[in-house]
Amino acid sequence: MPGVLFAILGLAALTTPFMTLAANRIVAGDGVAAWRLASPGATVPGLLCIVTGLLLGLWGARPRLRLAGAATGLAGLVWLLMAGAEALLTDAGTYARVSPDVGFWCLLTILALLMADAISALSPGPLARAALLVVVLATLALVFWSGVLSDLSVMKEFAVRQQAFVRATLQHLGLAFGSLAAAAVIGFPVGILCHRNGRLRDGVLPVLSFLQTIPSLAMFGLMIPILGWVGHTVPGAQAIGIAGIGFAPAFIALVLYALLPVVANTVAGLGAAPPAALEAARGMGMTPVQRLRRVELPLGLPVILTGLRIVLVQNIGLAVIAGLIGGGGYGTFVFQGLNQTATDLILLGALPTVLLALVAAIVMDILVDLTRKTPEPAP
Amino acid sequence: MKAGQILRGGMVLLLVALVLRPEWFYAVLAPFAPTGGPVIYERASLLSLSLSHLGLVAGASGLATVVAVTLAILVTRPLGAPFRPLSRTITNMGQTFPPVAVLALAVPILGFGAGPTLVALFLYGLLPIFENAMTGLSTLPPATMDAARGIGLNRWQLLLRVELPLALPVILTGIRLSIVIALGTATIGSTVAARTLGEVIIAGLLTNNTAFVIQGGLIVGLFAVIIYDALVRLEAYCARRTGQ
Repeated sequence: MPGVLFAILGLAALTTPFMTLAANRIVAGDGVAAWRLASPGATVPGLLCIVTGLLLGLWGARPRLRLAGAATGLAGLVWLLMAGAEALLTDAGTYARVSPDVGFWCLLTILALLMADAISALSPGPLARAALLVVVLATLALVFWSGVLSDLSVMKEFAVRQQAFVRATLQHLGLAFGSLAAAAVIGFPVGILCHRNGRLRDGVLPVLSFLQTIPSLAMFGLMIPILGWVGHTVPGAQAIGIAGIGFAPAFIALVLYALLPVVANTVAGLGAAPPAALEAARGMGMTPVQRLRRVELPLGLPVILTGLRIVLVQNIGLAVIAGLIGGGGYGTFVFQGLNQTATDLILLGALPTVLLALVAAIVMDILVDLTRKTPEPAP
Repeated sequence: MKAGQILRGGMVLLLVALVLRPEWFYAVLAPFAPTGGPVIYERASLLSLSLSHLGLVAGASGLATVVAVTLAILVTRPLGAPFRPLSRTITNMGQTFPPVAVLALAVPILGFGAGPTLVALFLYGLLPIFENAMTGLSTLPPATMDAARGIGLNRWQLLLRVELPLALPVILTGIRLSIVIALGTATIGSTVAARTLGEVIIAGLLTNNTAFVIQGGLIVGLFAVIIYDALVRLEAYCARRTGQ
């Protein structure tokens, strides 16, 4: 049944403008429908792929067929982008820009959902999912590095900013993973202490969840005077890069946001060990430390990892705000693009962020499943 | 409990004073302002910014609640069963989309102003409410459901008088999550020219005026914390009423 919905929505999306042609990178462009992008000879294969893909999606009982359909449809999208960009740009002037429009984004969403739906119906194991992810990412990398999309406006923005993009990627990863590591180093011991001591837990968790509710822009902003003060008063602080604006306040704000999921899931994970297992461990004469290391931690690992998944996905998104306070990362492009009303610059920042968050979520889900599988064979 | 009440009252008073009488805080904020620069944000009244901010959040979250709960009801009926795996995929994947990215991506389509913010808040708000409503409606105690069917309630009565009231606390948790996210995202909405309290913070960041940043940050933070706390207590009240 969802296949019917996809087909109807997909065919409707085909009638909306598929790409836009603008005179330069700032002005708004004119939408062009999919079948008018280029000569029929160039558009028909792409259109055919998309329609075939949507129709294959109708077989509800055959997930493999639907998966193949989604892949065919996505290939059709890339084909149309390629053919369309080339045809629209011939005699359109040096500064002309082509970019994907509503129709493309809707079809991309629909086909991606079709693919995700088919995959979830196949319910592959963690390793099969990892293999699928590698295939998808390798295909994406191939499409980008082959240069078939280099005529698109967002790729032109990328071409003039390659070095800045690499730097932003490193900063973004540094913010997201660095804050995750710092939060784990602080959060695990606090979580273990909270697990042991109920009163400490009742005191710590509400404070952390209040921290979590503070809107990100306010949190990042409030870090500025605090760290500025630290930078001025603590000797040596400025030497290691602690100052009011830049990387440090963004990093600390992200760590504060990350603490709640880490601590709460550590407490929940350690508490999830069945009483029988704890009793057995105690009966074997294990000390509390041994019990923690050999019983409670292994059994609680999936829940603890789920906490790290939440943190990672959340911080990849929040790190965008760092762009507002000079902390670098993809946010730099997003907010520059918003200031210049340059859509493609916004996309250059937003699309990698979304991709990074999705990949992080999938990878962490695979890890959670892998750790959950180990204790099961011996019930 | 006593200390909690005093803290709560103190926070509300501080918030009201910050919004209505910002000039009272002149002496505290002055050291943070650049020399000779303005200390108190006066380009727009803080009250009108607060109202516009809260209005955006209320509008988006209200609409998201109606749509998400309706969808959850439809999906948990026997007829909607084929859509259940799909809706789970959408909520799982959709929540990995960063709110800021959703906001930024809405701009090319909708232009600047309150429009993209409202749409981003609405779309993003749907997911936690839908997810929780689905959980709430599909994990009702079977004994209660059997008893309700046994006394001859029809499907509408069952939905309105048993299922929704029992699922209410879980649905409210979803609404709370979505409101907290919406409050934060609306703050960032001022970068796309929506009239929200984020304007104060952004103005401070652009002119290196930390006094503005503190003022805006405190107001937004206090609003979020107070609303969050009120919703937590509303949930506890509803859960007590249904005897959970």
